[in-house]
Amino acid sequence: MIESLFTRRNALLAGVGAGGLLLSGCDQLNDSPSVQRVLNAAAGLTYASQRLILPANGALAPEFKPADIASVFRVNGSNQPGTDAYKRLMDDNFASYRLIIEGLVAHPLSLSLADLQRLPARTQITRHDCVEGWSCIGQWTGVQLGLLLKAAGVLPAARFAVFRCADDNGGGNLYYESIDLTDAVHPQTILAYALNGQPLPVANGAPLRLRVERQLGYKQAKYVMRVQLVDKLAGIGQGQGGYWEDVAGYAWYAGI
Amino acid sequence: MAALDPPQGLSPAARRSPKIKAKGEKIYRHRLVVRLCHWINAWCLLVLLMSGLQIFNAHSELYWGKQGTEINPTVIAIHAGRVRATGARVGFVKVLGGKPILTTGFLGLSTSHGHLANRAWPNWMTLPSGQDLSSGRRWHFFFAWLFVLNGLAYVAWSLFSKHLGRDLIPTLAQLRQIGRSIIDHILLKHPTGEEAKSYNVLQRLAYLAVMFGLLPLMVLTGMTMSPGLDAGVPGLLWVFGGRQSARTLHFIFAWSIVLFFIVHMVEMVLAGPINEVRSILTGWFVVPPDKGHKHD
Repeated sequence: MIESLFTRRNALLAGVGAGGLLLSGCDQLNDSPSVQRVLNAAAGLTYASQRLILPANGALAPEFKPADIASVFRVNGSNQPGTDAYKRLMDDNFASYRLIIEGLVAHPLSLSLADLQRLPARTQITRHDCVEGWSCIGQWTGVQLGLLLKAAGVLPAARFAVFRCADDNGGGNLYYESIDLTDAVHPQTILAYALNGQPLPVANGAPLRLRVERQLGYKQAKYVMRVQLVDKLAGIGQGQGGYWEDVAGYAWYAGI
Repeated sequence: MAALDPPQGLSPAARRSPKIKAKGEKIYRHRLVVRLCHWINAWCLLVLLMSGLQIFNAHSELYWGKQGTEINPTVIAIHAGRVRATGARVGFVKVLGGKPILTTGFLGLSTSHGHLANRAWPNWMTLPSGQDLSSGRRWHFFFAWLFVLNGLAYVAWSLFSKHLGRDLIPTLAQLRQIGRSIIDHILLKHPTGEEAKSYNVLQRLAYLAVMFGLLPLMVLTGMTMSPGLDAGVPGLLWVFGGRQSARTLHFIFAWSIVLFFIVHMVEMVLAGPINEVRSILTGWFVVPPDKGHKHD
């Protein structure tokens, strides 16, 4: 009896041990750079297949009715950049704000908020999908990025648009994001200065935030200060194309 | 009902072996493609479940409709909190916004690396074990691709090899006998002899429902959560009633697969675990002899 109890307990312990081994084995696999490289191959497949399915300029993200607009647009990430430069902008109600478009363009641009608001506007009611899983519908008004890029004259070598932001997400590391030119010139890709018919609140990215509606929330850069046209992402941050991509290994293409 | 592939590798000597005769006829039941696809599928589903629970943990509420954040009513919510009177930490689940069901130690609040942690699903159920959404997503999407490609290869092969028509779609005779098959399953009676050489009618219907119902619905609800695919294939949102509904259905379908897995395991054990596991590993299945018939 005692013997059988012992073996049963041993068997139980062995079972728990095996479970633990399996768990730590999973974590070891997860920590292995070569395993991560293999897993990352799927991100390339997702990007390629979505680019295949989504026609370059067609395939609009779904737009919703005014009745669908959420009563409160959920705030995530930075809710107010703490830098002195940003505080000065807030103090004069963004009158001294200038959006810079630079890099691989024929004519670099410097535009005030009033300049941007004088350009043809696009208003769209779209769904914001956070990588965490929630979704929130809001109405955005802004200037099509494609329009600005046309005015700046994108040089043939340019392949990506990089967004430089005002929010410090830790360690003096200002937020940055990037998208390919297909998304940059997509009709729904706008630099928005209004949310639900009101000037864009600071918590949602005032004075200007990116809306790239066919991707997840972390691509929707807030507090956009500069748009840089580049030929490669290697020199940007740690080279993965965005703040969360560099810091936590999120996929650069966030179409899923 | 045509017999399955003739045993190619079985030598006449082995076929005449008295040992096999005593146990029952040995047949080649699962072809290599079936076995390969089965195991790739099984591993994919395990990784997809564990990494899926990791992803769930990043936002442990499910909603219905186009959108959903903390201000919206929930279908299922898993949280941690404190009991007002005692200050004790608890984990709980709310279904359809109802009364909290305490799940301390398992859901909402559980031990992670020696400490109590606010986690919807405990670390032994998630991949990786600690909170790490970006890694969870990488595992999930890699194995989602593998799962889809494996599934497509299996379906293509099933059509081409007539596996689908021959082994999976129930015959009219079987369908007429479905009442008897249900009673047999309730009585835990398993087919023997000639009948045991092919899938029974409930087994066929269950496999078809999972392979052509549940698994494709998993993929489609997953795709509906993609803002990119919602632009390319807007019909997805219409079918599932919005992105957040799709997320809730994805979760419900995932646990339906787990339920199928449990029944699958119970049936495997009841039907003879060694014989069943051997047949899905090697292909070879010993047909349980008819009771009441004498062999030799």
